[in-house]
Amino acid sequence: MSDHRGSFYARDRDWHPPAYTPDYKTSVLRAPKQALLSLDNTISEMTGPVFGHDMLGPRDDDLITNWSKTGDAIGQRIVVHGRVLDENGRGLPGVLLEVWQANAGGRYRHHKETYHAALDPNFGGCGRCITAADGSYRFRTVKPGAYPWPNRVNDWRPAHIHFSVFGHAFAQRLVTQMYFEGDPMIWQCPIVGTIPDKRGVEQLIAALDRRNTTHMDALAYEFDIVLRGRRATLFENRMEGT
Amino acid sequence: MVQRRDDLKESPSQTAGPYVHIGTNPNWVEITGVWQGDLGLVLVGPDTKGERVLIKGRIFDGLGKPLNDALVEIWQADADGLYNSPEERRGRADPNFVGWGRQPTDRDTGEFRFETIKPGRVPYGDGRPMAPHITVYIVARGINIGLHTRLYFGDEAAANAECPVLNRIEHPGRRQTLVAPRGEEAGLPAYTFDVHLQGHHETVFFDV
Ligand SMILES: [Fe+2]
Repeated sequence: MSDHRGSFYARDRDWHPPAYTPDYKTSVLRAPKQALLSLDNTISEMTGPVFGHDMLGPRDDDLITNWSKTGDAIGQRIVVHGRVLDENGRGLPGVLLEVWQANAGGRYRHHKETYHAALDPNFGGCGRCITAADGSYRFRTVKPGAYPWPNRVNDWRPAHIHFSVFGHAFAQRLVTQMYFEGDPMIWQCPIVGTIPDKRGVEQLIAALDRRNTTHMDALAYEFDIVLRGRRATLFENRMEGT
Repeated sequence: MVQRRDDLKESPSQTAGPYVHIGTNPNWVEITGVWQGDLGLVLVGPDTKGERVLIKGRIFDGLGKPLNDALVEIWQADADGLYNSPEERRGRADPNFVGWGRQPTDRDTGEFRFETIKPGRVPYGDGRPMAPHITVYIVARGINIGLHTRLYFGDEAAANAECPVLNRIEHPGRRQTLVAPRGEEAGLPAYTFDVHLQGHHETVFFDV
């Protein structure tokens, strides 16, 4: 039987955004120009930190109440849930997901924010959770608003939630964003547009999930995240023996 | 036709954006009390084995301006060269050292700083020892996919010269972009790891 603990499948750089994407202006001065050094994984990339469920507080995964001062956060209540899988389709347990987002009006609680939309005194905008044994996760929040940002004169971000994902190895480290089914602004956004393939964009659009709404509480969106898969060590052992 | 495979594709990366710290370092951006303390600020405790060192540096854009809105993570082995990870099969790492750290770059100066220990050597795939190094991962506004690189130590000239990874870099001059010169600060060895995103001194970034 094969044991999938070998090195990770090479990252498909054509599926990810390239570094230099001039329609997203900030990338122009922040994009490395030299070729990357390609390296088969060493143990430095095949290992990574472990985060235990015991570090989580009871409301870390509930953005509606985890910054509450006087009541719940304002906005369309939603549950975001799904699984973290690897490229072989296996659920990955113990994956730390950190999320951050604007409030329902599209405003971030941050000193650099300049959008006129109002702050919500009951919304901080951060949450986190760790996947269960089958790779599943779930958090509750409000649907973030779209917001304008300084890029081209009239650029707006579609509604989105940022995700930082720790897999089992540093080779799997990923930061990405989740978008919402049916939002026409997805296809007008220069940051979304850094993704070269339309199917790649679609992979980041969460589906409205009417089956998992919570009664008189929240709509649900389903969003699976895929991290790099890894080779079966069977093959590597054979190579060592030859 | 051949048998169909149902392999999945890795989720595409998207920039961490300017507000990444809301999610990773909320206390640092005045969103206090959601959880106690930001993750990854402290690497070393009183019982951690190894030589205390300071790692610091800045990340420069193509016009030489330091990034004041980036997020830097480090990942390293313990003093004996063992990783504190279930994937580590060679022995048990120091239980008092996780080996992972995370810091925002300073809003004014752009500097990041880690107090950690100097890692031991770990083997390359073929068993040869690599020089002591720390994995460095950088995300920020304007960076579409996280940048992965390594810090090597300026006072390890012999180990660096035989490191199979450093020697994979074709131009010897570019190897130096990964070597942090040693100085001293507050009685500790201090290694300065300045990262250049572009230009003549562009840092070597990895596809691993
Ligand atoms: Fe955003």
